[in-house]
Amino acid sequence: MTVAALFFYLFAALLIGAGFMVISARNPVHAVLFLILAFFNAAGLFVLVGAEFLAMILVIVYVGAVAVLFLFVVMMLDVDFAEMREGFLQYLPIGSMIGIILFIELVMVLGTWVIAPDAAQIVAAPIPDASVTNTEALGRLIYTEYVYFFQAAGVILLVAMIGAIVLTLHHKPGVKRQNIAEQVARRPETAIEIRDVKPGQGV
Amino acid sequence: MGVLTDISVIWPELFLAIWIMVMLMIGVFRGDGFGAPIAWFAVIGFVMTGFFVLTGPIDLAFNGQYISDKFAVFSKMLILLGAGLTVMLSFGYNKREGTGAFEMPILLMFAVLGMLIMVSANNFITLYLGLELQSLSLYIVAAFRRDNLRSSEAGLKYFVLGALSSGLLLYGISLVYGYSGSVDFGVLETVIADNLSGAAAPPLGLVVGLVFVLSGLAFKISAVPFHMWTPDVYEGAPTPVTSFFAVAPKIAAIALIARVLIGPFGDLVAQWQQIVTVLAIASMALGAFAAIGQRNIKRLMAYSSISHMGYALVGLAAGSQKGIQAVLVYMAIYLFMNVGTFACILAMRRQGRMVEDIDDLAGLSKTNLGMASALAIFMFSMAGIPPLAGFFGKLFVFLAAVESGLVVLAVIGLLASVVAAFYYLRVIKLMFFDEPVESFDRPAGSEITSIMTLSAIVTLFFLVGLGPVYSSAGAAARSLFGL
Repeated sequence: MTVAALFFYLFAALLIGAGFMVISARNPVHAVLFLILAFFNAAGLFVLVGAEFLAMILVIVYVGAVAVLFLFVVMMLDVDFAEMREGFLQYLPIGSMIGIILFIELVMVLGTWVIAPDAAQIVAAPIPDASVTNTEALGRLIYTEYVYFFQAAGVILLVAMIGAIVLTLHHKPGVKRQNIAEQVARRPETAIEIRDVKPGQGV
Repeated sequence: MGVLTDISVIWPELFLAIWIMVMLMIGVFRGDGFGAPIAWFAVIGFVMTGFFVLTGPIDLAFNGQYISDKFAVFSKMLILLGAGLTVMLSFGYNKREGTGAFEMPILLMFAVLGMLIMVSANNFITLYLGLELQSLSLYIVAAFRRDNLRSSEAGLKYFVLGALSSGLLLYGISLVYGYSGSVDFGVLETVIADNLSGAAAPPLGLVVGLVFVLSGLAFKISAVPFHMWTPDVYEGAPTPVTSFFAVAPKIAAIALIARVLIGPFGDLVAQWQQIVTVLAIASMALGAFAAIGQRNIKRLMAYSSISHMGYALVGLAAGSQKGIQAVLVYMAIYLFMNVGTFACILAMRRQGRMVEDIDDLAGLSKTNLGMASALAIFMFSMAGIPPLAGFFGKLFVFLAAVESGLVVLAVIGLLASVVAAFYYLRVIKLMFFDEPVESFDRPAGSEITSIMTLSAIVTLFFLVGLGPVYSSAGAAARSLFGL
């Protein structure tokens, strides 16, 4: 138990530290690298609560795809981060004031936290016993009881895809594109023209 | 209950989703030139979905994740009507301005699908998914003219602030879940009723969660102080998109707020009544005062819709069955007034270019009496002059507030509507008493003219149809209270 507690505090402290560094690092590449560190620590927390599948998904999807994509974007886009930070000091006092007030409020909320007495009995999907793996337990729920949510989420992703295409794809007129069918269907008659050139006259 | 029963209950949404996919395939394979037919098919799809909504069973589906009751049916009919009319308004504009890509009607249909899911939500996850589907589609259509700086800015601004509000909403949901252990509206209602009936004060965490949820939802109806995006988005988005924004999403969001507040949080009425009252007062006041300085008619309409949302929130603040009934009637009236006004705005075209300044309307009665009278009817109605439709909307809302003991709120609402009358009447004064400027292009387009006429007739003679609308809104409100 103490080992688990030790690791919990380790992961949690590293997560918060990394999260802070994401927004305060000067170099945007460093910020993304700290983001990856934060993801790894969050995955560690998931493992501690027994959600291995979510931990692995977090590493694969967020570290493997999203963060790497972020790195690409940061490196490829010519964004002047110094300019973006210009108002930082100007807004720091009011921003930190709001942040501190919100933090105190949340501490007060969590300090007096109450859980409804019957909350434990009404959970929609209780955690199955240890013989069922994480992946199987999630799969049993998502594709049966939560199929409506699953399909709705799929529609949202479709909209995101359509949106990305609509907002970024430019059809430039006058660009010559390769049409393989046309190339294959070419015959000598359509490609070559034989002219009988008379001497001294040219074509 | 088998999956087939579930499907028969969610059939309107399912049908619309399939219809959209088919249209998407047709659009992809037929290319960009096919935008106009798909817009027509979108309207046909809305009509058929409306038919299925009306004839569908009244039941829960998927273990209570989805609810179809009279309240949902009433709201869905308003949403489909508003969406259908505003899509029809866009035909001429899209043809002229080159926004006729087939993705536009597809995205608008997706937005409507999201709204239908929203008003049928009986679970916080359904609520969130519907809301995101609707919002995501709307962010894209706001930025649809991507070569236009204002349109891109509108899309980006809407997206960033929308993402922030979604964050607030989700945080609130997580706090509510943390207290109760459930995201299902029915379960939440019983948990809150069981545990708080004898308690002096509900736990702080639950109330903070409620505040966060309400803030996230208030953003969607652009209630003050979550209204900052509205004028810029209304001005920057293409005008048909603005007319869509002004009607269907507002109806869906207000129906959603009503369901969340009356359903799971029904026993916390003392807590949320204060918040809704403050939102209502701030929206009515800001909508009335800030619109006075506006010269752009789209920005004017943005502030006007903020103040209308304030009036609708007055009915909600009443927290009674009468209040919900008044809100539904108000939204029905709001739909016709706004569709009509936007039809007029879309007809404001001079030498092939859209004009948006209210000074361009000067002397309209001398150049185009029909349009000037229609716009005058809408403006009088929005100002709440009897016997036009807008008067009855405000009357019922204020009556419900007074019956619930919120006399001060009703008085503030009356004062705000007097101030708001100033800028509505100024438009009428410009049209009828000022020297005419150049006339607008004629003809405005048959869809625009007919929708303008239809809305004007409905607004003018609303008293005739008031009975049936009032009684069906009453049935819808009763179903929300589980009676």
